[in-house]
Amino acid sequence: MPQFDPSTFSSQLFWLLICFVVLYWVVSKFAIPRIGDILEQRERVVQDDLDRAESLKGEAEQTLADYEAAMADAREQARTLMFKVTSDAKAAAESRNRDIGEELTAQIADAEQRIASARDEAMASLTSIAADAAKDAASRLAGLEVNSGDAEAAVSAAMKGSR
Amino acid sequence: MATEDQGPMAQFEIKSLIDLNVGGYDISYTNSALFMTLAVICTFSLFWAATRKRTMVPSRIQSIGELMFEFVAGMVKENVGKEGMKYFPFIFTLFVFILFGNVLGLLPYSFTFTSHIIVNAALAVFIFIAVTIIGFATHGLHYLRLFCPAGTPLPVAIVLVPIEIMSYFIRPVSLSLRLFANMLAGHVLLKVLAGFVISLGIFGVVPFLAVGAVTMLEIMVALIQAYVFALLSTIYLNDAVHLH
Repeated sequence: MPQFDPSTFSSQLFWLLICFVVLYWVVSKFAIPRIGDILEQRERVVQDDLDRAESLKGEAEQTLADYEAAMADAREQARTLMFKVTSDAKAAAESRNRDIGEELTAQIADAEQRIASARDEAMASLTSIAADAAKDAASRLAGLEVNSGDAEAAVSAAMKGSR
Repeated sequence: MATEDQGPMAQFEIKSLIDLNVGGYDISYTNSALFMTLAVICTFSLFWAATRKRTMVPSRIQSIGELMFEFVAGMVKENVGKEGMKYFPFIFTLFVFILFGNVLGLLPYSFTFTSHIIVNAALAVFIFIAVTIIGFATHGLHYLRLFCPAGTPLPVAIVLVPIEIMSYFIRPVSLSLRLFANMLAGHVLLKVLAGFVISLGIFGVVPFLAVGAVTMLEIMVALIQAYVFALLSTIYLNDAVHLH
């Protein structure tokens, strides 16, 4: 087996040492710094992008909050305005209702009074008309002369009785 | 090397390309050294291509470089933690060196330097010594607690301590043998199967398909063994840095 031929060991070990040292130099001074640099740079770019995204997100959230605050403000204003307008209208309607009610009450009272006086008047004239009718009827049917005073008394008595 | 045999072991033959001899030591530039050099060149080319454009959204080659980096960095961070990151360049070197050694070895007519026990043993022994030094440097003599966790009753300790010591010293052996055996077995299997393709004539299509399937398996083994070697190194490192 060629692996166990000690005469080749010295040259293998010598070139192993040379090549390994050169490779170590290539790896530590060339490959690792350059690859490490690339990875670091990428990480930095990604981190920068993430940071920017974070700040933009914050900005957007601020804008949204501002918008919502403005919206809430406007809604509140609208509500107070609405309330004021409706309460004004309600008050105006109430006062008008009250005025009209008072006027109507006055008119009703007035009318009732007029009706009462008209009725009294009518009642008063009714007695004298009935008395005249009764006197006429008495003179035509019985030939009796009844004076107006007696006739009225009699009518009054009769009316009272019929009531 | 007198007879140029074409057996399954011929692929592991070390062939000198440039004869060198310094102070009585043979340090010839061999096919093994050539593939170690290729591993270095491939690593350099890969990371040169991966980091050439430096785009925000990585290209394919850049993704490969980044994935390897993050894979090993994640492995070290997970097993050793933040303080282990100073050993990250070493673990990363170890990983790509073995990875390219294994993967380049799968190319036809190539040589797999990780199939030589001496290479793996040198790496494993270096890790073993380095871990031991780091352990004693970090914890002083407390590092010996590794062999006997606090609160172990004496009767248990009598059995436990020798086992722990043995398992500690067997680490470089298992680490290097695992990689060596995997690479050796895979390549021998491929070679044997490939030999049947010609000798079976028309029925050679069966071992041919098998060679295809085993090649897939060997690619996976090449990746997994590089990972396992690096992972076990970080676990040993964690013992030295954190001591349970």
